[in-house]
Order: sequence, then structure tokens, then C-alpha cells
Amino acid sequence: MSSIADAVQILRVKGLKVTFHTYAGDVKALDGVELAVRKGEILGLVGESGCGKSVTSLSIVGLLPPNAKVDDGEVLLGETNLLGMSKEGLRKVRLSDIAMVFQDPMTYLNPVLTVGSQIQEVLEQEPDIFVPLMAKSMLEDAQTQEGALPKMKLEEMAATGRAGRKDRRTLARAYVLKMLREVRLPEPERIFKLYPFELSGGMRQRAMIAMALVRRPKLLIADEMTTALDVTVQAQILQLLKELRTEIDASVLLITHDLGVVAEVCDRVAVMYAGNVVEVADAEDLFADPLHPYTQGLLASVPRVDSEVRERPSISGSVPNLIYPPSGCRFHPRCPKAFEKCPQTKPLLIEPKPGHLVACLLFEK
Amino acid sequence: MSQPTDGKQGEADYGRRADIRHILSQMRQNPIVLAGAVISAISVLVALFSWVFIGPSYWIQLDPPLKLCWNNAVIDWHIQNAITSCGSTVFPLGTDNYGRGLLQMILISIPVDLQIAFEVVASAVVIGTVLGGVAAYLGGVVDEVILRVTDIFLAVPGILLAIVLMVILGRTIPILTISVLITWWPFYVRLARSQVLSEKEKLYVERLRATGVGGSRILFRHIIPNTIYPVLVQATLDIGAVILTVSALMFIGLTPDPKYPELGNLAKQGIQYIFTAPWLIVFPGLTLLIISVGFNLLGDGIRDVFDPRLRR
Amino acid sequence: MTAMADEILRIEGLVKWYPKKSGFYPRKVSNLQAVDGVSLSVKKGETLGVVGESGCGKTTLARTVMRLTEPTKGSIVFEGTDIAKLRGRKLRPFRRRMQMVFQDPYASLDPRQNVRSAIMEPIRIHRVAKSSQEAQMMAADLIEEVGLNPDHLSRFPHEFSGGQRQRIALAIALAVSPEFMVLDEPTSSLDVSVQAQTLSLLRRLQRDRSLTYMFISHNLAVIREVCDRVAVMYLGRVVEVAPTSVLFNNPKHPYTVALLSSIPVPDPSKRKELVPLAGDVPSPVDIPAGCRFRARCAFSTSKCADVSPQLVQVEKDHWVECLYDIDFMAKTKSELSA
Repeated sequence: MSSIADAVQILRVKGLKVTFHTYAGDVKALDGVELAVRKGEILGLVGESGCGKSVTSLSIVGLLPPNAKVDDGEVLLGETNLLGMSKEGLRKVRLSDIAMVFQDPMTYLNPVLTVGSQIQEVLEQEPDIFVPLMAKSMLEDAQTQEGALPKMKLEEMAATGRAGRKDRRTLARAYVLKMLREVRLPEPERIFKLYPFELSGGMRQRAMIAMALVRRPKLLIADEMTTALDVTVQAQILQLLKELRTEIDASVLLITHDLGVVAEVCDRVAVMYAGNVVEVADAEDLFADPLHPYTQGLLASVPRVDSEVRERPSISGSVPNLIYPPSGCRFHPRCPKAFEKCPQTKPLLIEPKPGHLVACLLFEK
Repeated sequence: MSQPTDGKQGEADYGRRADIRHILSQMRQNPIVLAGAVISAISVLVALFSWVFIGPSYWIQLDPPLKLCWNNAVIDWHIQNAITSCGSTVFPLGTDNYGRGLLQMILISIPVDLQIAFEVVASAVVIGTVLGGVAAYLGGVVDEVILRVTDIFLAVPGILLAIVLMVILGRTIPILTISVLITWWPFYVRLARSQVLSEKEKLYVERLRATGVGGSRILFRHIIPNTIYPVLVQATLDIGAVILTVSALMFIGLTPDPKYPELGNLAKQGIQYIFTAPWLIVFPGLTLLIISVGFNLLGDGIRDVFDPRLRR
Repeated sequence: MTAMADEILRIEGLVKWYPKKSGFYPRKVSNLQAVDGVSLSVKKGETLGVVGESGCGKTTLARTVMRLTEPTKGSIVFEGTDIAKLRGRKLRPFRRRMQMVFQDPYASLDPRQNVRSAIMEPIRIHRVAKSSQEAQMMAADLIEEVGLNPDHLSRFPHEFSGGQRQRIALAIALAVSPEFMVLDEPTSSLDVSVQAQTLSLLRRLQRDRSLTYMFISHNLAVIREVCDRVAVMYLGRVVEVAPTSVLFNNPKHPYTVALLSSIPVPDPSKRKELVPLAGDVPSPVDIPAGCRFRARCAFSTSKCADVSPQLVQVEKDHWVECLYDIDFMAKTKSELSA
């Protein structure tokens, strides 16, 4: 249990404020989001619809729609602030540093290209970066030579990053096949030539994961990755994620509304409500001892397969309209423990227990 | 410190007021649409009230003195001279070849054109929506039969059919209206049918069936009102198109009377004097242009304002 | 299974196929066997859960029971009458007694119809009220019964949140005082915090109105919380039926076992080495003979390819469609590998 300041942080979101301008009014979607992803961890970002978790992830990679405006805050990847970056700079970041996997692969994969060629397409950009990356990866794996390229050539590519077009193609293809195998797709050669609609949901999601991981990103953002999948297929994907952790050196920001998924795979968890992060803790600590009233209410109300309880308490009221958000603490209208200060002061994240952060006035002295 | 809020302030923000605000903001953003709306509104107003001021039998002139004005045969565009040199009555646009004031003639032609256009479009919408809706909802044999009949009518070239019908049955306005209608309604059958086909797959239709609501009620009280917007857009656009078609037919000679107050007919008379008194064809033509463009823009505007919102 | 006096619905051998024909002389090309022989009995006042993944046929089962589509074979006996082949006028009185709530509350409402009109429509059609005034009063009562205000009556669907829309859908369904309700994933598209509210509303309505529910879901946690008995479906057939606690504590069908162990629980201390079910969820087109689960079953034998299992009673109220006893198979397998 170490506090935030100790571990190496891959990504740090500070005070992020985002507003959407719609014809109905200004939606204050994010109200000062504070988040940090440490190197090598799987951080779960959990919340209901409208809490801002997807907006946060889109803000990080610069994919917000045109009517969204970032009012304040920083998104630090290492030392660089992604919010100030040019379009070209962000594109490079999305290419080699941060990769995203979305909820519905059918809408995010190009339906007229085969799976393999889509992934290969990614690798054919920025040869200076990718050629050495691919070559090194192929060299590491003695088995995956596939008669593709001789060792000497690979070493030369790894060192200089230069290669003829034909060689680059062959290398990329072999590398993609290797990735398809890594995501445990059966018969990678056959899958390579298939179109997205010819694959099942689970296989498509694996293909998306492969597309994300081919570039060996520092951070993988999985936005509701398993929400659209059947539960048995979801189990396969979660298992895959756990197995890949040791093989791939990436940190993961796992966004979901499913508390079971979070408990199953995440090291640490951040809970969001109405545009704010309200609690952050190690997974065991969050589920065993939730501090924020929203987290407590959520955990108490969610149905569980392993429990015989049949009448559960529910959080009163409903998610607020963010065009007119509640003042002070945005949860106060629904909070069973609210007191006079709550509508007046916005609580900030503090650390009442080591490694466990809460944004609640109950914990402020 | 500002007043504490509890998040309930947004509750009044839905409903009619927000919709009207949205429409107005769209109009502000798109002045062309606004222009279309204004032109169409003016046309309709003129159509409704011009006969009050000018008199419905103005166009029947018996042996009038030929005037033509706007200064003799030589073109001289001083309006003051026209007024003074054309006698005591006011002819701001001069007179036509029958001695009637051109402006007055245009003003009483507009209601004629608009009336025919509204009749054709309204009938086409009703016939097309009913047939198309029933075809789509019932499917099977009914659908096939209606589709084939529609295809036959679609294949008939409109202007030729109008010519043939009017030559055989007589050159009257009702026959003209009907012959234009005959070639117009198939489009609406197709449009309504495709709309209903996709709408009837929606979940609320299934829910209504589960509730026990009967087929015709579902079709006419639920499906059709939900699919009416594209039809309305098309209808508005078509008003302009029908006016042009009717004018074209009159222009080639299918009029009940050479003196009939109708824009195409005026143009037909005016074209004989195109070199000596070009205003006789320019002004009716310009009026035609403005009115049809106006309804066109209005139709486009309705589509822009309403369609994206429907996807809400 | 013999008919019981307190049985409100009995489905026997229900089959719904969607054959695809092709060619000028239509020849059957493929057959989508959505529901392929389901027999269930629903007792008055209970909540029967129907659970399964995509392609298992639970939604088709719901639509067929509600007679939104005509079954290919089989019977649906509602309070003594077989409604499987009834149509039109003869079916109408049953529509009053059986109602359905759908998964997507927004799509199930006509966007141009305000709440009052939507609730009064079934009242008017089934002539439940004697006058328009009485109908309006009923609408006001219903809207309050589902937890909304009377001033919501003049509003339109798009002005409400998901949870509220589901309440409106419930009010419409309850307007004719049905005895039986099919709930097709009623909380799946709602937020977690709203789900709990909706489930408690459903419970209260069931108590107050003596309703019988058929609750369809893919979410086993919700099923466990709400249902008295559960039927597990796979590829168009019911593979296991049991009272809730029995199913969750002592599942007998390999699919049920796999399903239960695939579900992540909100408790990190119970983190498991998930042994996920191999393969993908199959499609119900042209299902081969034999047990339809054998391709993914950890215990399948050669016999499973030849014999199609039927539902067999393994203990009181507990039926399983498998040729073997799973505890025996599991023990044998672990002994063999030891």
C-alpha cells in the first residue's frame, strides 16, 4: 500500500474540466478529474453512465467531439501535457504510446478490410519506430521465424530501422501473425484473411486487442471492452488480459460499469460520479472498506451471483442532469450522510488512509 | 457564495420551449432557410388576399385598348413615365398584350398556381401515404399489387400523359390538376412505403401489438405520424416543382383560355413580344423562379431542422 | 409433468423455427432453430427466470409466449386454453391478461405519444373503464403506483430518464390489470443504481397485484435476486430448471456450471483462476444432432453425439437435460487425471 507520490506514474490527469456545448445547454461533463495510472498496473475506472469515464478517456487521447471544450487541467504522459499538443503530435501519441480498445469492435473495425491487413496497416506507418520494434520482437521469439526473414536481416533492421519495402511487409505480416497468436486466436493464418463480420464477437475483441498491443503502447485504455460480450466470452477476454500482463509491459486503464469485472482484474480502482473521481483505492481495500457514501451505496445495491440477499437497498434519486449540476458536492442530493456544508463546498480528494483517497467532506477535519 | 442547487433545475428544460428555441437558433444560423420561409409565407399571403384587392374577374377583359407601356416600343425603364404615359390607372409593371396591368395579373396568377400546387401535393400525399403505408404494413400480396401498379404509373412520362389527357378530355384546370396528380402520386407511395417498412420494425410497434392494439390503429395513429416528416419535406419541395410543371404545361399551350391568369400562361403570351416588350416574360418568369426557390429552400430547411433531432 | 391446479401457464414442446428459403421454387436452405422444443410450467404468483447468452432463444421464447409470433409447433396453455394457434379476435381477450415489458424502455414507447395517451390507449381498447373520465383517473392512479407524478402525464418519452421510461412502460402494461407479465431484460439497459429501484418496484407490484412474472435476463446476479425458479437455456432448449437456491448451490448441467463460474464477483478476495468455457457462443442455425452442448462440454463422450438428451428429473423440482450426472463425471475425470 503505497501512496500516489511513490510509484512511477505513466499517466497523470490533473484537474480536468470539460464542457459540452449542446443546443439544450452546457453540459459540465468533467468537473476537475484527478487520476493517476502507475506503471505496470491495471487501474479500474468505474461509474455509471453519464459519470464521465468515457469523456475522460477521450480527453486523454484527444478524441473529443467538436462541441466539447477543455476548460482546465492537464493530462501528463510522463512529462508532456497532451492537452496542449498539436494534432500531429497527438496522432503520434495514439500510434505508439497510448492505445485504445472500445466496446463494440464491429463499429471500430473497417468492414471492408481483412483483419490482418488492418493491423498490418498500423505498422506500416512510422517505419523508424516500428521496424526496430517489430524486428526486436521477432528476434526475441525463437519459434516465430516462420521462414519469414533471416536472423541477420532482422538484426540489421533492429539496429538501423531501415528496410526495403518488401522486407518491411514480410516483417509486418509475420509480426501480426505473432500478435494474433498472442491473443490466443486459433489458426492465426486463417483469421488474418477473414473480414470482421466473419468473426464472432469474442474473436473480434481479441483482434482489437491485438491491434492495440502491436504497437507495444505504454498505456492501454480499454473502454467498456467486455460490456457487449456474453458472459462466457467475457471470462475468456478477462483471462486473456490477466495472462497478457506478464508478457506485455503496458499499464491498463480499464473503464467499466461492472463492479465484478473490476474486482476480478484490477489492482487499483477509481470510482467516478457526475464528472468527479470520488474515491481511489487498492481493489481489496475499496471493496472491503468503501469510504465514499456513493461507493457504499453502489456496492450495497448491485445484485451478486454469490449472495442469497433478495431485497437490496438502493440509492435514492437519480443521476443529475449535468447542465444544472448540484452545487458543492455533486452527490449531496442523494447522499444519506449529507450535512449543511455539502451543498456549499466541493470536496477534494484527500487521503484519510494510506493509499486510499476520498472526495467527501465527512473526512475533512 | 452562490445559491446551493440540487440538480433539479433542468427539469423544466425539455418540451415545447426548448424545441422552439432550437428551431429559432437553427434559423438564425441559416439565413437561407429563413429567406425560403419568408418567401413562401409571402407567396401564401399574396395567394390568399390578392383577389380581395384586385377582383377575381380582372383577367376577363373585353376588347381592351392595347397599351403595353413602359414607353412605346423603345425600351426605357423609367417607371414614372410609365405611370403618367399610361393613363390614369396605375400600371407599375406596364400592361400585357390584352391591356391588363402586368403586376395585377401576376398577383392574381399566384393564387391560381398555388391552389393547383396545393391540391396536387395534398392529394398525392394522402393517396401515397395511405397506399404506401398499407402496402408496407400488410406486406405479401397487397404489397406486391400496390407496388406493381405504382411502377406502371411511374413509368409513364408525365408531360406526355398530360398533353394526351388534356387534348382528349379538354383543356380545363381540373383535368390539368388530375393529369399532374396522376404522375405525382407514385413517388409518395414509394416514400411512405419505405418509411413505414423501417418504422414497423421498431420496438414500440411490437409493444403496441403486445398491448392488443389493432393493426389499422397502429398504422394510422402511430406509425404514420412518426414517419410524416420526410413526406412533409418532400411535399414542400414538390410545391415548387408542381408550380413549375403546371407553368410549363400552360406555356406549351395547354391552357383553357389564352387570357387565363397563370404565370406560365402569362409567359406564353409574353414570349411573342420578347424583343419589343421583354418585361412581359421577364416578370412572370422571375415570379415563378422566386416562388419555387422559396418553397425549395423551405423544404430543405424543414429537413435540416427536424431530421437530426429525430435521431435524438 | 402433470397439470397442476395453480399453474397459470404451461408450454409444451414449443418450437419456433425461421427457415430461410431460396430459389425460384423455394427450397429450404437453412433453418434458424431459435426455440427448439421448450417445455415449461409457470405457477401462479411465482417469478420464473429464463437465463442464457445470446442465441439461446430466450427473447424468441418471450415473443412466442406472448403470441407476437406464431409458434412452429407446440402448445401454450394459458389458464386452460391453448393460445398457440389463436389469432385476431380470439386472441384479443388474452392480450388483456398477458402483458410484456421490453428491454429498451425508450424504443418501446411511441415518441409522439404523451404518457397519458399511452396509458389510456390499452384502457380504451380493452374497454376496462366505463367512461373517459374514469380512464383518466385510472391513468393518474397508475402513474402514481409506479412512482411518478401526475404532472408527468402530459410529457413525452424523450423528457424522461431510462428508469422513468421503464416505469411508464410498466404503467402501460398494468393498465389492463394483467395476471401474467413477461419481462424481457427489464433492467439491462438501466444504470446500476436505477436497477435496484426498478427491481424493488417490480417486487412491490407483484405483491400488490398478485402477478406472475416470467423474467428473462442474461444477468445471473439479477436472476438470483428476483426469481423463485430458474430455467437455463442453451441453443433453443432448456438445459436445466430448478428453484433458485438449488440452481446456484448445486447446478447439474455442465453449461450451468460453466456459466456460474464465468461470472466475476464484486469481491477481489474471491478472484478465481477463471477456467473459461472454450469456444464461442454458437449460432442456432442448422443445429447438429446429439447434445447441442457437446462441442464445448468438458465431459462429453461419444454417446453425446448420438443421443439427444431430454429433460430428466434429478431431484424434487430439479430437471436437467444431460445424459450423465455431473458430479460423477467430475469425480471420474479428476480420478483419471490424478
